[in-house]
Amino acid sequence: MTQTQFSPSITSRPTYSQLQSHGGSPAILVADGSGGQALLDLIARDASVLDRGQIFFVTAGTEFGAQLREAGAKAYHQGLFFNEILTQYQAALAQATMATRIYLAGSEGLIGHATAEALAAGIDAGSIQGEHRGGIARRMQCVHCKGMTDDVTTDPFTCSHCGLNLFVRDHFSRRLGAFQGVCVDAETPGEVPETQEIKL
Amino acid sequence: MMIQPLQVTAVEPLTSRITRFRFEHPDGDTLPLFSGGAHIVVELPDGDTLRRNAYSLISDPMDGSGYEIAVQREESGRGGSRFLHSSVKAGDTLNVGVPLNLMALNLRAKKHLLIAGGIGITPFLAQVKQLALLGLSYELHYAAPSREDAAGLALLPDDPNVHVYFSADGNRMDVPSILEQQPLGTHVYTCGPERLIAAVKDGATTLGWPASTIHSEAFTAPPPGQSFQVTLAKSGKTLVVGPHQSLLEALEAAEVDIAWSCRGGACGQCETAISSCQGKLEHNDHWLSEDERAANSKIMPCVSRFVGQDLTLDL
Repeated sequence: MTQTQFSPSITSRPTYSQLQSHGGSPAILVADGSGGQALLDLIARDASVLDRGQIFFVTAGTEFGAQLREAGAKAYHQGLFFNEILTQYQAALAQATMATRIYLAGSEGLIGHATAEALAAGIDAGSIQGEHRGGIARRMQCVHCKGMTDDVTTDPFTCSHCGLNLFVRDHFSRRLGAFQGVCVDAETPGEVPETQEIKL
Repeated sequence: MMIQPLQVTAVEPLTSRITRFRFEHPDGDTLPLFSGGAHIVVELPDGDTLRRNAYSLISDPMDGSGYEIAVQREESGRGGSRFLHSSVKAGDTLNVGVPLNLMALNLRAKKHLLIAGGIGITPFLAQVKQLALLGLSYELHYAAPSREDAAGLALLPDDPNVHVYFSADGNRMDVPSILEQQPLGTHVYTCGPERLIAAVKDGATTLGWPASTIHSEAFTAPPPGQSFQVTLAKSGKTLVVGPHQSLLEALEAAEVDIAWSCRGGACGQCETAISSCQGKLEHNDHWLSEDERAANSKIMPCVSRFVGQDLTLDL
């Protein structure tokens, strides 16, 4: 699958290109879904990226897990959802040393979430790379209850935590690794605009 | 630069070559607080020569009752440290600038790695106090020729995060092993001789540390050199820079208004455009890029000099 071209109109939204190997530096590689293929492509370009590398893979119904498990990483963690392997990812960040490189591939939501965790662990933004594979579904933070809703494809949408009807703002928070959703019917409860598919 | 007269209230030898000076407001007023790594410029009126030298503050950044500096006597220097050691006594009044910080701690770091060589310990003495106050994680590595030469020793906390190395005891600082295995989010700060700063920068870069996490400060005292002549394009003045005078001091003596701050080639304030140059510029600063140096288009008059036929500045 080719890389998705985002609309250039959202200036706060990070743009991603192809992952570039930093050789045998300590590495943490995280991917979901077809992002697994992006990791396999990276490893094919430079296998030394796994010399001191750990892989975290969210299958999301894909079959890349078997190949990634056998790719030769120092450690391999797999889950059906990112939250299943989040604790192991956070532990890897806590034990990581300076010069560790982070490679992220897959959905924008996963890249955003994994980036936010890495930044919170103290890593320099310049040491994190992402390669986007997959659709344009958004990871949304409800600004009211702070809950995260993954894979949002419509505007407005319903917060999966507090149930408010949320307007999808075109503002991406790098700190949170998510777009932000604001209550759309706060002034006139129940008057919710027609639901539209997010096309950007 | 705001300058105020402050009273010297204490002069205390720390080692045979290093002396601590304390400045307080003559009326006992509180002085502006600062942050660890800040320096002050002290005016040193030595006969007909007025020198302005920058010194790192070593006292507690949160204590406005006074400013303290530690000065190493440099026999081969231009005379500023000799003047302080031989002529300045408690009760004297000296003009002192407001604190300015060119090596502030990056407070988003998870851990601070401080590496000092010799008198380069000075900015870290204040930073360690700030780090302790904020409860932040740090390590200090301090190398000195011997225990007797280590002025900072008595001023440092008795803390397992403080590591000292005395080459007289055969104990040398191993920079690569210090840099290895540092946790994610570490920032490194180096102050001391050029070769120590280069060793830390090269070591960290080789390991793959991002450039934004590597910091250093090397105040260059203006090096002496040959006397040279300078022409000023706008004012038409011609002046001669003496062997032990800096170009900035010569400009000030000729009453040319020029902005300055650190007077050590680090801050960039006194950057001056060159109108024409026939000869060789001796760039001694840490400010201009390699390209700017090669272009012969700018000079930092606080530390840099010139040898040749003609140097005309856009002043």
